[in-house]
Amino acid sequence: MFESLTDRFEGILSRLKSRGRLSDADVDEILAEIRVALLEADVELGVVRTFTAGVRARCVGLELSQSLSPGQQVIKAVNEELTSILGGETLRITYAGRPPTVVLLAGLQGSGKTTTAAKLAQWFKRQGRNPLLVGADLQRPAAVDQLRILGAQAQVAVFSEPTDPVAVAIAGLEEARRLGRDVLIVDTAGRLSVDEELMEEVRSISAAVEPHYTFLVIDAMTGQDAVATASAFHDALSLDGVVLTKLDGDARGGAALSVKEVVGRPIAFASTGEKLADFDQFHPDRMADRILGMGDILSLIEQAERTFDEGVAVKGASAILSGRFTLEDFLEQLQQVKKMGPVSGMLGMLPGVSKDLRQASSMVDDRQIGQIEAIIRSMTPAERIDPTVIDGSRRVRIARGSGTTTTEVNALLKQFREMQKLMKGFGKGGLGGAMGGLGGLFGKGGINPRQLAELGAMGDGIDAGGTGGLATLGGGQPGAPAAARGAGKGKPPGKGKKRKGGGRVTPKAR
Amino acid sequence: MVGVVAVTPPLATVSDATLALAIAVPVVVVGGVTAISIRLRRRPSAAPGRPEAAVSPEAAVGRAPATPGGEASPEATPDAVRIAPPEEPAPITPAVPPGSTLEPEVARPTFRGRLGKARGLLAGYLGAVRSGDRIDGTTWDELEEALIRADVGVRSTDALLGTLRGRVKAGEISSAGELIDALQASLVEILTAPEAGLAPVGSGFGGDASAPDRTVDVWLFVGVNGVGKTTTVGKVATRLTREGARVTLAAADTFRAAAAEQLALWASRSGTDIVRGNEGGDPSAVVFDAVQRAGARGHDVVLADTAGRLHNKVNLVEELKKVRRIADRPPGRVTEVLLVLDATTGQNGLAQAKVFSEAVDVTGVVLTKLDGTAKGGIVVAIQRELGVPVKLVGLGEGAEDLVDFQPAAFVEALFDPAG
Ligand SMILES: Nc1nc2c(ncn2[C@@H]2O[C@H](COP(=O)(O)OP(=O)(O)O)[C@@H](O)[C@H]2O)c(=O)[nH]1
Ligand SMILES: [Mg+2]
Repeated sequence: MFESLTDRFEGILSRLKSRGRLSDADVDEILAEIRVALLEADVELGVVRTFTAGVRARCVGLELSQSLSPGQQVIKAVNEELTSILGGETLRITYAGRPPTVVLLAGLQGSGKTTTAAKLAQWFKRQGRNPLLVGADLQRPAAVDQLRILGAQAQVAVFSEPTDPVAVAIAGLEEARRLGRDVLIVDTAGRLSVDEELMEEVRSISAAVEPHYTFLVIDAMTGQDAVATASAFHDALSLDGVVLTKLDGDARGGAALSVKEVVGRPIAFASTGEKLADFDQFHPDRMADRILGMGDILSLIEQAERTFDEGVAVKGASAILSGRFTLEDFLEQLQQVKKMGPVSGMLGMLPGVSKDLRQASSMVDDRQIGQIEAIIRSMTPAERIDPTVIDGSRRVRIARGSGTTTTEVNALLKQFREMQKLMKGFGKGGLGGAMGGLGGLFGKGGINPRQLAELGAMGDGIDAGGTGGLATLGGGQPGAPAAARGAGKGKPPGKGKKRKGGGRVTPKAR
Repeated sequence: MVGVVAVTPPLATVSDATLALAIAVPVVVVGGVTAISIRLRRRPSAAPGRPEAAVSPEAAVGRAPATPGGEASPEATPDAVRIAPPEEPAPITPAVPPGSTLEPEVARPTFRGRLGKARGLLAGYLGAVRSGDRIDGTTWDELEEALIRADVGVRSTDALLGTLRGRVKAGEISSAGELIDALQASLVEILTAPEAGLAPVGSGFGGDASAPDRTVDVWLFVGVNGVGKTTTVGKVATRLTREGARVTLAAADTFRAAAAEQLALWASRSGTDIVRGNEGGDPSAVVFDAVQRAGARGHDVVLADTAGRLHNKVNLVEELKKVRRIADRPPGRVTEVLLVLDATTGQNGLAQAKVFSEAVDVTGVVLTKLDGTAKGGIVVAIQRELGVPVKLVGLGEGAEDLVDFQPAAFVEALFDPAG
């Protein structure tokens, strides 16, 4: 729905013909765009002002280098500024010398506290801890029932009793001591910051159990109100961190920035789905990209990892790496990818995808995907494995079977051949090779080098060529065949250095 | 580059090839990279540690097994979707006579009286604007700030102020006071929709369950997670019951833990019947069942609570489409599809409204949690860009905390210097 910052910059930067210093007017124009981008991402207005002032200081007189376009440098400056604000010290959980370590969750109604409590409990379990959940939300009908069910799913005991929230919290603490639980997570009722009575209540709970960590649970879709809410809760409870929920939506999540800036406490955890496992510590650098609308391939892939059926994924990986990717594999992959959400939305999450392609992707709808599926389903197993056997009459049969036309069948077959070539890039060059190949698709914004580096790191161990492909990505000739680049001219994967040759890919490939 | 650039079409038009590429790239990149990374990361210990690995792929994502995920195309789904009868007959919880569980009768909140206490903040800027008589750069900045802080959004703010700038230039508006009045007037105009009233319930059937052409109105409550759908169903049930309608609740949130229990409590508070399904069951089966039972008992309206779903989850939006289709089967007749929207929601609210409208033809918005500090200005953008009117406003967690939307009061409260 919103233009990415990269798109916005494209317009301005195409007018910046000469490479030199950015003029004041250029900077003004760029900052105006940044302002709009941040506001559309729901960053609070005051925070936007502070932030743009900071970026202005960085940009004025920025010495433009040869290897990066001015826009890329500005984006880089913006991104670094964002990351540093979002990041700072990351929260490291230390455990109380005298257990249990008490964690208190608070927030507005509907922000996701109860689910977060269970997810956090499961997270602590994964850290080898032995948590107890306390249901102190006696306000919302059936909130404790919900926590009990989620607790059972997480295999964590839940304590509650129908007394009052403060008493429940105190009894829960005693129960944890009695049972020898080393972490206590207290779920509380949602409350508005202007509700003095309820704010007083949560203050009493806090005073009673003296939490080691108090987290504000905040919805990633929150608008300008995030700051008012966060400061009110911070004043009342002295927060230690924030849990950002519903990041699996398509909100940009500017609230994260606002809250971090105003409260000065880290975003500790992020929640990215309805399943208990969809929860982890927060990655500030990825969030910066997301707020700016620059795509986030790592989160996308992590989401995919959780969504994908493992068997299908493993089979697909073998097919890709061996270079024998069939239509059957494509169908399976398509189905997996589809489960993650609209395919069109996914393209938007890939970094630096060109505007044309993004435009095209907005025209992709379920019908087209359904059509592809129908065509493949109308093929025999043999045809799916080797589509070259598909002759004229088979084509007619497939078209009839799938309710399409032979032209459409042809288009798919042609497309599939191109895809196979791309897959060969994966096979030979590993991740870096394939990504390099994709570089040709990406517009001026380029691929985020850090994301590529991380991708490369994920791929470490596939084969040296994989990282090699990545290493040569920046320095290589734009437009050089991906497979060739990936195919093993691999330099040793010198960490950090490998990005130096230019970092962002600026393919002038067309 | 061979593999990719070769298929990149001329830029002038979006060709089929580009379109196909737009599908292929995510599939190949996301699918391929993920596949490889899963393979790399797959440790022998991973399987037992991750319960979802054992879940079937469909169940892991589409939450209800009945989503059309496995079919070639959602549109290809024959409309005659088989309605599996719930495994056990869905219990009808007898209506509890209003009594012990009902909260004490409270005065219904007034719109203005209950609007958030932080209105003064906004009033602060505008007070300053109003007192300065001349219209200058600061005046515009302050108006812009007020609108943006209320979550109206940059685009709508620019459009609103742009029109006003023209009118100032044309000499129609000359003082800051007039400017604020004009801004308020245009906001009220945007928010005033002719069709903003709720559909009348059970019109003209007089409770005669045997009338052959009798229909049961269905109101669907949809929205993302945690916005207040269930609570709103409870409040609406209370209100319609008081107005004399016979109401059945359909607990079609079969996904969230204890969602049906939550609604059951509202059923007993409001003295309405409730039809429940099995947890994890097909929500459209629950709605179907509720409509049947409501029809048999001569009830006027089914209020269907649905599971919260993010609008970017295709399967879940498809599931909702199916619920709507089923709800519209005779004797059912969908007369309201209410999108519940949390006033704290920022610019994403527009995307929510857009997707839900396209999917299930939303008839109106219920703006909840307007009793807090959030101002809910995104409804201005929603009404302006999508034409979906706000119908109801939630002002608290109690049964009575629901009022009709009043554009003038909403806007006036935004700008009232008295806060
Ligand atoms: N303050 C306030 N809280 C509300 C309002 N509407 C709902 N809530 C609360 O928001 C939370 C989520 O509501 P719920 O109905 O469960 O949301 P659902 O997930 O959309 O069904 C609950 O704690 C409700 O009590 C409202 O208008 N004002
Ligand atoms: Mg609900």
